[in-house]
Amino acid sequence: MTQSTSGASEDVTLGATPTEQSAVKRNRRLDGLFEHTTRGFALLVLLLLGTIMMSLAISGWPALSEFGWHFFTEDRWAANLDRFGALPAIYGTLVTSGIAIAIAVPVSMGIAIFLTEKCPAALRRPLGTTVELLAGVPSIIYGMWGVEVLAPFLQSHFPTIFPAGTGLATAGLILAVMIIPFITAITRDVMLTVPPMVRESAYGLGCTTWEVTRSVIFPSVKGGLVGGVILGLGRALGETMAVTFVIGNNLFFNPTVTGQGTSIAALIANQFPEADGLQRSALLALGLMLFVITFIVLAIARVMLNRMDRRAPK
Amino acid sequence: MTTTFSHTIPERAAVDQSAYPTKLQVNNLNFYYGDFQALKDISLSIPANQVTAFIGPSGCGKSTLLRCFNRIHDLYPGLKTEGELLLNGQNINDKRIDINLLRARIGMVFQKPTPFPMSVYDNVAFGVKLYERLSSRDMDERVEWALKRAALWDEVKDKLKNNGQALSGGQQQRLCIARTIAVKPEVILLDEPTSALDPISTGYIEDLINELKKEYTIAIVTHNMQQAARVSDITAFMYLGELVECGQTDQIFTQPAKKQTEDYITGRYG
Repeated sequence: MTQSTSGASEDVTLGATPTEQSAVKRNRRLDGLFEHTTRGFALLVLLLLGTIMMSLAISGWPALSEFGWHFFTEDRWAANLDRFGALPAIYGTLVTSGIAIAIAVPVSMGIAIFLTEKCPAALRRPLGTTVELLAGVPSIIYGMWGVEVLAPFLQSHFPTIFPAGTGLATAGLILAVMIIPFITAITRDVMLTVPPMVRESAYGLGCTTWEVTRSVIFPSVKGGLVGGVILGLGRALGETMAVTFVIGNNLFFNPTVTGQGTSIAALIANQFPEADGLQRSALLALGLMLFVITFIVLAIARVMLNRMDRRAPK
Repeated sequence: MTTTFSHTIPERAAVDQSAYPTKLQVNNLNFYYGDFQALKDISLSIPANQVTAFIGPSGCGKSTLLRCFNRIHDLYPGLKTEGELLLNGQNINDKRIDINLLRARIGMVFQKPTPFPMSVYDNVAFGVKLYERLSSRDMDERVEWALKRAALWDEVKDKLKNNGQALSGGQQQRLCIARTIAVKPEVILLDEPTSALDPISTGYIEDLINELKKEYTIAIVTHNMQQAARVSDITAFMYLGELVECGQTDQIFTQPAKKQTEDYITGRYG
């Protein structure tokens, strides 16, 4: 403030003593330092994201420029012919994640509703802990279980649907099992944020559990619910180990959902260590695709959430 | 709407108790939170079309008792009710009673407004839809009726599509009352309904209680003794889980029979 009216003093020290003034200076300096540090950390995230993306793009560029749009339409990933098509892998990634979400979301919601609304007190803690433990099981365990148990089971019991046992649908099932604990834990936690009095009001009107959950609790926490599903979906899209074990690793495009295929993560994990030249570049470009797909999914979720908010009464 | 904030006890003609049949009868009710006994052998009757106020210091069990009336306690494990609670002569603690229907018959309004995440209109229509199939015209009428009864219609009639949670606190509480009466319950339970509201909104709600008792039986828990004196016909004083005294409000506030009641009313403890 430079405008000083008559009578006002130019002195802005509020009559501080020298000790106070030096304290003020020190505090200002420290607080400025603190602010810059935190801002630096925050910018680091952006920088990290940008450089990863850029290095993927640069390393993948030879393959992308070599194949152009054919990279996305070529229906095989044939290293021996130097023909690299991303279609089988992208298709596999989307289908397995889609199956996983389609199975996991209703099951998780059901578990979460039971845990928060209906579960007897004696069961609540053990069940809740089990869910959290399941969320922590390493994916390789799920992968081995998928190969050892699930795939043979599917093959012997439904040979017409799962001729090989392994395949996209099998991977989708394994992914569903993996993300159910995730989505359940998040759904339960956000459901518990609804104040007990709101819940009691709904029951107090004569609502059944289903009506309370559907009309009052879920709408109250829809942001958190979508967030949980997206986290699960993000995990499913990028999951590598378990999927590599059970997806079949068929590098030719096969639209059959129960047939063998591959996913972006599985393909990279299988080939990257021994790849060089164009193949390596193509795999890196594939990684970029995974990055982009995850981005798009997150963006769609964000848009969906905004739409829901806009449609909801203000 | 006229609003008075008298802090004196209003003159009231002596009420002939027999003119009001018993709506809710409590017989030897005990209630336990796990091992803790929160209600000890409570017996009283709540007459129809009267306002019965429950007063007493915090933790005396008055809210617990109120919550027994619509069995909201059933939502939580480890709580136990013993004894009889008769609504029109039927024991509501009977296992064969459908609890959701019971709660539609005995509505409840809470300490804080609890509008649901939906429009003003849907908030009111929500409870009605659970048990009645109304045409959209009948539903419109019902919603308008309930909002008018709750003295909220004039304020919200142009924003029925707006979110109920965007109303002011006092409006939200009246919305919750409208939601409760829209279901046409027989009994309305009010658990400190004005404790989160400013004096003007409190005045609205108190006037409303006076209006509503013509059609409903009302039980109210309140920490505010002036409020009990202003709105109730019958007052029950509870202390440490026991019902100390229950009688005509005038009598309780002017000539309490028990020393404990007098001490509480005159502010010696609580």
